Amino acid sequence: MAETIATSGTIAAKSGGRMKFIVGGLLIIAAIGYLIYTSIGSTQQYFFTIQELKERGSSVVGDNVRVSGAVIGESIQYDAQALELRFAVANVPADQKEIDALGGLAVVLNVAVNDPTAARMEVIYIGVKPDLMKGEAQAIMDGHIDENGLFHADTLLMKCPTRYEGELPTQAAP
Amino acid sequence: MTLTLGLTSLFLAFACALYASVAALIAGPRKLNAWIDSARNAAILTWPLLTLASLAVIIMLVQGQYQVEYVSDVSSLAMPWYLKVTALWGGQAGSLLFWSWLMSAFASAAMLRRWDRDRSLMPYVIAVSMITLAFFILLCLFVENPFRRLWLSQATGEVNPALFQPANSTLFTPQDGRGLNPLLRHPGMIIHPPMLYLGFVGFVVPYAFAVAALITGRTDDEWIRTTRRWTLVGWLFLSLGLILGGRWAYDVLGWGGYWGWDPVENAALLPWLTGTAFLHSVMIQEKRGMLKKWNMVLIILTYALVIFGTFLTRSGVLSSVHAFAQSAIGPLFFGFIGITFTISMSLLFWRWDSLASETQMDSLLSREAAFLLNNLLFLGIAFATLWGTIYPLISELVTGQKITVGPPYYNRVNGPLLAILVLLMGIAPLIAWRKASFKSLSKLMWIPAALTIPTLILFYFLGAAHPVALGAYAITAFVGYTTLSEFARGMVARMRLGENPLIALINLSARNRRRYGGYTIHLGVVVMAFGVIGSNLFQTETQATLAQGETLSIGGFTLRFDSVALFPTNDNREVTRATVTVFDSSGRLIAELHPRRDFFLDSGQPMTIPGVRSTFGEDFYVILVDWQPIGSTGATFKVYVNPLINLVWTGGLIFILGTLVATWPDADEEKRYAAAPASTLATAGAD
Repeated sequence: MAETIATSGTIAAKSGGRMKFIVGGLLIIAAIGYLIYTSIGSTQQYFFTIQELKERGSSVVGDNVRVSGAVIGESIQYDAQALELRFAVANVPADQKEIDALGGLAVVLNVAVNDPTAARMEVIYIGVKPDLMKGEAQAIMDGHIDENGLFHADTLLMKCPTRYEGELPTQAAP
Repeated sequence: MTLTLGLTSLFLAFACALYASVAALIAGPRKLNAWIDSARNAAILTWPLLTLASLAVIIMLVQGQYQVEYVSDVSSLAMPWYLKVTALWGGQAGSLLFWSWLMSAFASAAMLRRWDRDRSLMPYVIAVSMITLAFFILLCLFVENPFRRLWLSQATGEVNPALFQPANSTLFTPQDGRGLNPLLRHPGMIIHPPMLYLGFVGFVVPYAFAVAALITGRTDDEWIRTTRRWTLVGWLFLSLGLILGGRWAYDVLGWGGYWGWDPVENAALLPWLTGTAFLHSVMIQEKRGMLKKWNMVLIILTYALVIFGTFLTRSGVLSSVHAFAQSAIGPLFFGFIGITFTISMSLLFWRWDSLASETQMDSLLSREAAFLLNNLLFLGIAFATLWGTIYPLISELVTGQKITVGPPYYNRVNGPLLAILVLLMGIAPLIAWRKASFKSLSKLMWIPAALTIPTLILFYFLGAAHPVALGAYAITAFVGYTTLSEFARGMVARMRLGENPLIALINLSARNRRRYGGYTIHLGVVVMAFGVIGSNLFQTETQATLAQGETLSIGGFTLRFDSVALFPTNDNREVTRATVTVFDSSGRLIAELHPRRDFFLDSGQPMTIPGVRSTFGEDFYVILVDWQPIGSTGATFKVYVNPLINLVWTGGLIFILGTLVATWPDADEEKRYAAAPASTLATAGAD
């Protein structure tokens, strides 16, 4: 009898030991989850196309957003003294499938730049002009749009499809 | 000729891999040894075959056979021969082939080991590694084939790539290739991808053994012991790849940093995080027979993340500075990950009961509990990183709106988690197994804690008067001292036996390679942490346009712009090279630097190379941003002062050294292992 009690006592202690690990583990997981949740909330950034940004108008003024667009070559102005870069971008679709269907990023960028009806946006960026800043490059910008429709880019990332694969050379050997 | 040979070898390798996996799966359960041996031979044969295929691509690259699409994509006449060779992994098709080659090298090496202890596992190890290999060769053959040639159609006048000659077309040979992306023409980039890939494929071996253990029901610790060194080797290369990648970014990308939480960086970090958790938690299984299911989960996750990492790097689903061209391989990768993950998890549930713990966790204050917390933190960081990486895809799926998160998110979440992890790294080795007491723990901790205080005061007066920095330095210094005290304790014990300190240290580490190798890795992390904290919290930057002779000042330094020169090179670059002189606060000349900008004429792409004056205390990092055309005198510079950044690289070296110590074969251990029957190994060799 005494032995039985002792055994069940150990079992109770053991399951109690397990319990505190499970509770402790869940608490830690909950804390990490909460940290992720609040951090996403305070740092997330909407990814808009220029078209979408224009359509939303004043409701997005001042919001931290990410926009991508095709750089219009002749609009690039760079003041090396003030490190002030101004350029215009034309709307490109954000959806990869749509881009693929239209013939790939290089084609989409080329069409966007030459399409006068595509939505356009002026951009100002204070800082070093990126190496790849040129016409028909894709600019991916983080920043906000002001009430005049000027986009203030805090970061500027350039993507040039032609420097990677996928395009065939045009010069043939005889 | 070369092309035919290469393509045939690639095809044969695919056939071998398929045959090996099918034969092994059929013969395994029936114990048909002749067939298993045949499968094994086929698996070994994949390596010479893929070597031939890779050599064929390299020969075509070096010879400049530009009618081959891949060759004209990634090489050009102006490139030096060594860059042509490394162009093998400069593009998508080639790097898939290279990945397959490394995978087959690891798989063949695993096949050639002695199998007398665990022969029953062999057919399934063959099957898993060969299915993985077959998948990659499949991509290479049918989706991204490096042997495709360019054909000019007579009818339409269009040039299209194809493996075989289409009707009415002639071979099209461009005069020159487009050349390797200039950003990839850097020593760091030449060795970074191979290291990363070696790390990736290294983890396939322990995964294959784990699955084999699940299938055969040999769910004891055998698979962990067998693969311990494989795991460490994979982990070593993955760590090296991550460090080299950071160094490359710092030297070439010209933004003054080394880690940007870019999706592709995250892709390589994810399997490292779960792999590191795995390396730690297998120690509990070996020592205490616990966490068996958990270890299975970790290695399955690591394998899935390895494939996912390759997929992210190679598919361009997420926009990234690394993103290669879009390609059709995405869905295939996704399908492969889904299928392997589902099968592995099903096997795990099937063997669930046989993976029960042999012992119970006793106390929250025990080494086991500390390891458990370590695992939770590693997985927490991995999950947070994964979540942030795929968040744009998830948000688009759920809300139709693409939402991204950037470095602030990762810093906010992973910063505190990493700080706790580092603290744990210092305390955990002091906690006893089973049940520790606060009293014994504080006895071990008071000296490191006491040493931390003067260190902090020193840092305060050196300029680190920032609450977050002081907190972070406090943790790091404390952990550094506790780790050193572990070395000191062992050395003192040996010195009592009459050894001098150096001999004591060497003997101590040599006798317990795993333990003291591990502590050395911990020290490396401490040193890196000092560097990361310093370079993140105290980086200063400025930019200015200077006329010749003008100066700018930053952080006690003065920079004078002297001249700028423009000259072409014989490998088709146009170099703009500025000369600047740097003075310290007392006006003494300390360095002449040459930040430059190389313009690659063949690809029309410039590349910025910083001028760096590197000392132990800080890096003075100058980028030439812009300059006026010849005749005028102005140039724009961006200058960073990065304090303690060299500790990141120094810590990296210590880290790698520690991993080498832990991985290095131990003759005594091997003998014990070979002599002992499997059942008595339950507690040997682990700490």
